[in-house]
Amino acid sequence: MIDKKPTVYEEVLAAGYSRRDFLKFCGTMAAMLGLSASGASQIAKALETKSRIPVLWMHFQECTCCSESFIRSSHPIVADILLDKISLDYTETLMAASGHQAEKSLHDTMEKYHGQYLMMVEGSIPTGDEAYCCIGGRSAYDIVNEVAEGAKAIVAWGNCASAGCVQAASPNPTGARPVHKVIKGKPIINVQGCPPIAEVMAGVIVHLLTFDRIPQLDGLGRPMAFYSRRVHDTCYRRPNYDAGLFVESFDDENAKRGYCLYKMGCRGPNTYNSCGVIKWNNGVSYPIQSGHPCIGCSEASFWDNGPFYKHLQSFPGFGIESTADTIGVGLGIATGAGIVAHAISTNIRKRKHTNKGEVKADIENPKI
Amino acid sequence: MAQRIVVDPITRIEGHLRIEAEIKDGVIVDAYSSGTMVRGIELILKGRDPRDAWAFTERVCGVCTTVHALASVRTVENALGITVPPNADVIRNLMFCAQYMQDHVVHFYHLHALDWVDVVSALQADPAATSQLAQSISSWPNSSPGYFSDVQKRIKKFVDSGQLGIFANGYWGHPGYKLPAEANLMAVAHYLEALEWQKEIVKVHTIFGGKNPHPNYLVGGVPCAINIDDSNALNAERLAYVGTLFDQAYDFIEQVYIPDLLAIASFYKSDWGAIGGGLSNYMAYGDLPTNGYADVGSFKFPRGIIMNRNLNEVIPIDGTDPEQIKEQIAHSWYDYSDNDPSGKHPWNGETNLNYTGPRPPYEYLDVDNKYSWLKTPRWNGHPMEVGPLSRMLVGYASGKDEFKEVITYALQKLDVPVTALFSTLGRTAARGLETKLVAGWSREFYQQLLANIKNGDTRTFVADKWKPETWPSEAQGVGMTEAPRGALAHWIKIKDKLIDNYQLVVPSTWNASPRDANGNRSAYEASLIGTPIADPENPLEILRTIHSFDPCLACAVHLYDHNGKYVHQIQTF
Repeated sequence: MIDKKPTVYEEVLAAGYSRRDFLKFCGTMAAMLGLSASGASQIAKALETKSRIPVLWMHFQECTCCSESFIRSSHPIVADILLDKISLDYTETLMAASGHQAEKSLHDTMEKYHGQYLMMVEGSIPTGDEAYCCIGGRSAYDIVNEVAEGAKAIVAWGNCASAGCVQAASPNPTGARPVHKVIKGKPIINVQGCPPIAEVMAGVIVHLLTFDRIPQLDGLGRPMAFYSRRVHDTCYRRPNYDAGLFVESFDDENAKRGYCLYKMGCRGPNTYNSCGVIKWNNGVSYPIQSGHPCIGCSEASFWDNGPFYKHLQSFPGFGIESTADTIGVGLGIATGAGIVAHAISTNIRKRKHTNKGEVKADIENPKI
Repeated sequence: MAQRIVVDPITRIEGHLRIEAEIKDGVIVDAYSSGTMVRGIELILKGRDPRDAWAFTERVCGVCTTVHALASVRTVENALGITVPPNADVIRNLMFCAQYMQDHVVHFYHLHALDWVDVVSALQADPAATSQLAQSISSWPNSSPGYFSDVQKRIKKFVDSGQLGIFANGYWGHPGYKLPAEANLMAVAHYLEALEWQKEIVKVHTIFGGKNPHPNYLVGGVPCAINIDDSNALNAERLAYVGTLFDQAYDFIEQVYIPDLLAIASFYKSDWGAIGGGLSNYMAYGDLPTNGYADVGSFKFPRGIIMNRNLNEVIPIDGTDPEQIKEQIAHSWYDYSDNDPSGKHPWNGETNLNYTGPRPPYEYLDVDNKYSWLKTPRWNGHPMEVGPLSRMLVGYASGKDEFKEVITYALQKLDVPVTALFSTLGRTAARGLETKLVAGWSREFYQQLLANIKNGDTRTFVADKWKPETWPSEAQGVGMTEAPRGALAHWIKIKDKLIDNYQLVVPSTWNASPRDANGNRSAYEASLIGTPIADPENPLEILRTIHSFDPCLACAVHLYDHNGKYVHQIQTF
């Protein structure tokens, strides 16, 4: 490549940030990615020496909530700089060019950077009739296949691209499919959620830029760094669950004390996401903290796992659930039993996590 | 012979929009607007719990997130006869205000500005002169020569990299760009500042609704409880956070958005204040109740219709009248079981997907027949423009002083007649002016919430109709609001505790729809007629007018089937 491409670090300096700001950002990203201090220096080194990876961000059957979430990314450098640290050569939401000039941008990058660009997908692909989603007179199905062919790796943003989301809910009138059902033979990262948390989106990009490999994924293709913990296990209201203290009706006295929302239908017990850890919009809150049960938006088929306000009868990996309804009256003995059961369950969960949940990096995480 | 040009994708919008325009002697003589994506949300809603509908419909759009959720909970509450507590109305209003501020600022700077601002020209600007310009129009502190010099260096570095990213292949250097280099540099600096700012105001949603995009709503109230003596509910810290966010937003809008808008408009007023007027009928459902949603007269944004640009009369709207609002499909890829060309009221709507357009890949749509996934809504048979301009005009014509003040202020500042409102620029200006109003109202609502709590009212939810056992066997309702892009309403029929029928008629369907059975154009198509095009290869002018509506196409396209069955064939791969 003849083009002179500045490194991310050079761009950070050009943007008026100091090296101190830059290292702080690297430290924050390292913490979010669960890395040690040496990980932070690895990030710093990578961003100091790398050029900007071309990114083609495709839009199919979507509502643009992923793009909107992405621009909410809030660590100082992420909003101003990370957006520019990749070279976002195609995104219908923000790009200046329209029509055939937009298509030119797309094709220029596909040709010039064949095999090197990252493809990011927002939205599902209709397979019922290809005319259900057309751009520039071409079907989403054709476009996704064409762009994927020369992509180094694919990031499937949100529930639409990862699992089909709302338009794939029963009866899925347009035959909406996620990317991994349409594209084979490429590494695909499913960054789940409706939308995903902004800092998770930024974190995945930083991971790709830094380590030149896709992050460790769970069985559903989600990065372990952000989707290995149940919302239930990281929820600050969890002690209320363990103590049998539940909201019985919205805005009741228990709701005003922030008790557990399990009986209001909370999907935290079978939802894997970072809401309880990273929270939303720079750590301001998350659904449960603001009084609404988790609806499970980072899980496939969560729309058909309803109705939302009907509480789960049971959930995997935890022994107390079948009797949770009968707790909640504040009986000391039940509460004690709950804690014991919880401790046992957590240990089981840990073993599963170690033995089964994780996948070997060298097999599932090819270098990109 | 007219030349047909196609702009697809129209970028810097939400969703998938295609414009085909016919140009003769350098002027658009005809235009066709097409939504090219369909998902089928309404069909999916059938048979589900009505209390869940807000979450499904909220996913209709992630740009104007919240507005469908608000319309949905109101629709269900209307059907079930639920009146929410005053705090719930106020909190919904605060979320509404936050949404408007974020959405309109992002639209102005990130979706629309590049139609007026030449990023490349900013490289030629003198930072000292830019500083003088900025300080002459605003007291915003980021205005030193050094500040603008740094921004300029950053842009230069970016351009020199050869990787232009989102700015590649723009219409830079087009003769239609008229701003001096200094104004371009100032606007680019504020593009970056606005990108940073917009993520702050949405935290209002995060506090009340847990996240943004797509905060949580609740039939019967709002999910967040108030308890000023507990750390797990809305308390003084949370409320102070909200107050600070609105104060900061107010400053940004007053000191950055409005001065920039008027400064940019002053360079384009002579031509774009007379181009792009389009339709002459304007409709607003209104919103922001100050005395409960049932009291339409208490709305900050009043409800009504203006016909033929007659600002002396405001005509009432009734969403329950089967004759007033109807959707037609003469040029839409759907079938109706009867062939009534007047269309169907949403409560009795019916849609069967039937794609009859050219097979992709295609060069042109068959515009003589069906050419869009959008249906064509009409009010008493008339096309209507909806959006910020309609809201401002209805407020003005309703005799509301606040509306008259801001409109008069802008017209005087720009030294243009009132007729300049009926234009592309008028639409863009109206969006800014209503943001100014909303920024002020948000502080009033905030004080109202504090006063309610101080007076001992902490209720945020009414539980008596929560359980389906309390519902009638059949019910129907309508919920109306104003999305940032215009009048939005949902209609529901509930039967045996479940959704029997759910229909959305959304702003971009009013504006972006294909022509009706009588051949009358909707707002987008009408507004493009007569627009001069300097260079058909670079149709910047089309983007200016289309972006002035702030298109939101995922909203506009939907489908519904009266009998719960769809007639198209699904092929599986």
